[in-house]
Amino acid sequence: MPAPVVAIIGAGQAGFQVAASLHQEGFAGRVVLVGDEPFLPYQRPPLSKSYLAGNTGVEDLWLRPAEFYAKQQIDLVDSDAVIEIDRHHRRLRLASGAEISWNHLVIATGARFRPLPVPGAELDGVLPLRTLADADMLRQRLNEAREVVVVGAGFIGLEFASVAIAADADVHIIEITHHPMGRVVSAQTSRFFADAHRRWGAKISFATGVARILGGNGRVTAVETTDSRRLPADLVLICIGVIPNAELARDAGLAVDNGIVVDEYLATSDPAISAIGDCANFPTPFAIGRVRLESVQNAVDQGRCVAARIAGTPAVYDKVPWFWSDQGDLKLQIAGITTSHDASVVRGDDRSFSVFCFRAGRLIGVESVNRTGDHVVARRLLAGEPGLSPEQAADGNYDLRAHARGLSAR
Amino acid sequence: MPKITYVHPNGAQEVLDVAVGTSVMRAAILNGVDGIVAECGGEMMCATCHVYVEEPQLERTPKMSDDEGAMLEFTASERRPNSRLSCQLVVTPELDGLVVYLPETQV
Repeated sequence: MPAPVVAIIGAGQAGFQVAASLHQEGFAGRVVLVGDEPFLPYQRPPLSKSYLAGNTGVEDLWLRPAEFYAKQQIDLVDSDAVIEIDRHHRRLRLASGAEISWNHLVIATGARFRPLPVPGAELDGVLPLRTLADADMLRQRLNEAREVVVVGAGFIGLEFASVAIAADADVHIIEITHHPMGRVVSAQTSRFFADAHRRWGAKISFATGVARILGGNGRVTAVETTDSRRLPADLVLICIGVIPNAELARDAGLAVDNGIVVDEYLATSDPAISAIGDCANFPTPFAIGRVRLESVQNAVDQGRCVAARIAGTPAVYDKVPWFWSDQGDLKLQIAGITTSHDASVVRGDDRSFSVFCFRAGRLIGVESVNRTGDHVVARRLLAGEPGLSPEQAADGNYDLRAHARGLSAR
Repeated sequence: MPKITYVHPNGAQEVLDVAVGTSVMRAAILNGVDGIVAECGGEMMCATCHVYVEEPQLERTPKMSDDEGAMLEFTASERRPNSRLSCQLVVTPELDGLVVYLPETQV
């Protein structure tokens, strides 16, 4: 019998992790990792942070050097896109015409930037930030840009805004809701970051959309807002979220609903196919119902979970989600998922604090600003029954580390 | 270039010539030293580039930040007095000859 083959669609953080973990987990077959970008698998977080700012080079982005893949016997296929998943024959068809047969398939296709459907979005100087090529283009344009408009005040938009301010550009952030990062953080944290960006010199317009983008000679010159203001711009970043890359799965007849639907083992509706990372919609004890998360932690831990299952040690995926964002001199660290909280308390002061978020009296997540100690404790607490009351969390004299140690000792 | 020695739990050693300005973590990744995972890429979020610094050399290493101290609470292998995150050990000429021991596990 020939050795089993695991094919992985998508060579981002999640796809890379499955490939790297399979052999560590004892898998003895063949591993094929297919990516459509012309690069080695790379880290995305620095694209809106240190790499964008020019503080790190491209060689610092590679997850591993080229030799790693040969040494680990991972067949790395770059610059080629999967165009069809043939479940009947268990075969992938690629744009190049190549075919790859598999015994287990892992879909790690990630997500793509959501385009802004307004006139003028195609003008030169209106750019997304999702890939290394995007970041290279932005890095170059940022050198000359004087007036930058950022559409969307999520993590990416705010990280980009802080880099653009540091590069001496005028920055105007426009956001359709009333809060920055409002989809993912508490009102306190959101307000704190809005104030910080204004202090650094950015203008922010909330409850504001884009009516159209104006240009001359094919290049962007201004953004016209839904309240009929014209904001001059020579660079516009569109960062209004992403769309999960679930079309291949849908076309193959797999269940899709805001991403590829998987069970608690990260298997799709076909047990020979798993989906992980930004494209996977999974059940989690850390939220009400299902979630689709876009983070390094999610990609890495789900990659490990699926690799272990394929290698013969199945386990329910139950890792504590965590996230981070660097904006100016602020480091935001989030443990757990705080969106469904019904109460919160703040620990710390206005320079370094954590928002402890509770639902029905139970700790569900912690947002820390320049307060890594709390973040680390939060990750430990959320891995089990936290047993922490809002009063204890708010009491600066209450020893959280001792509390966490007490729990693990029990 | 400064030489950095990585010692695996089984005693096997790998010696790398590391450019000044590169971290002990990044040098290990680029040269395929097993035992450094570095899943956050040097952002001090994961504590999977944990090393033990050869004790007498500790005083030559850069001062530990509060954040690094906090993250070291989260290591998969036991934290010891000579524990460091190798992403924070940026190589300088003074670190030539540094020896770091890799822990049993990073995750």
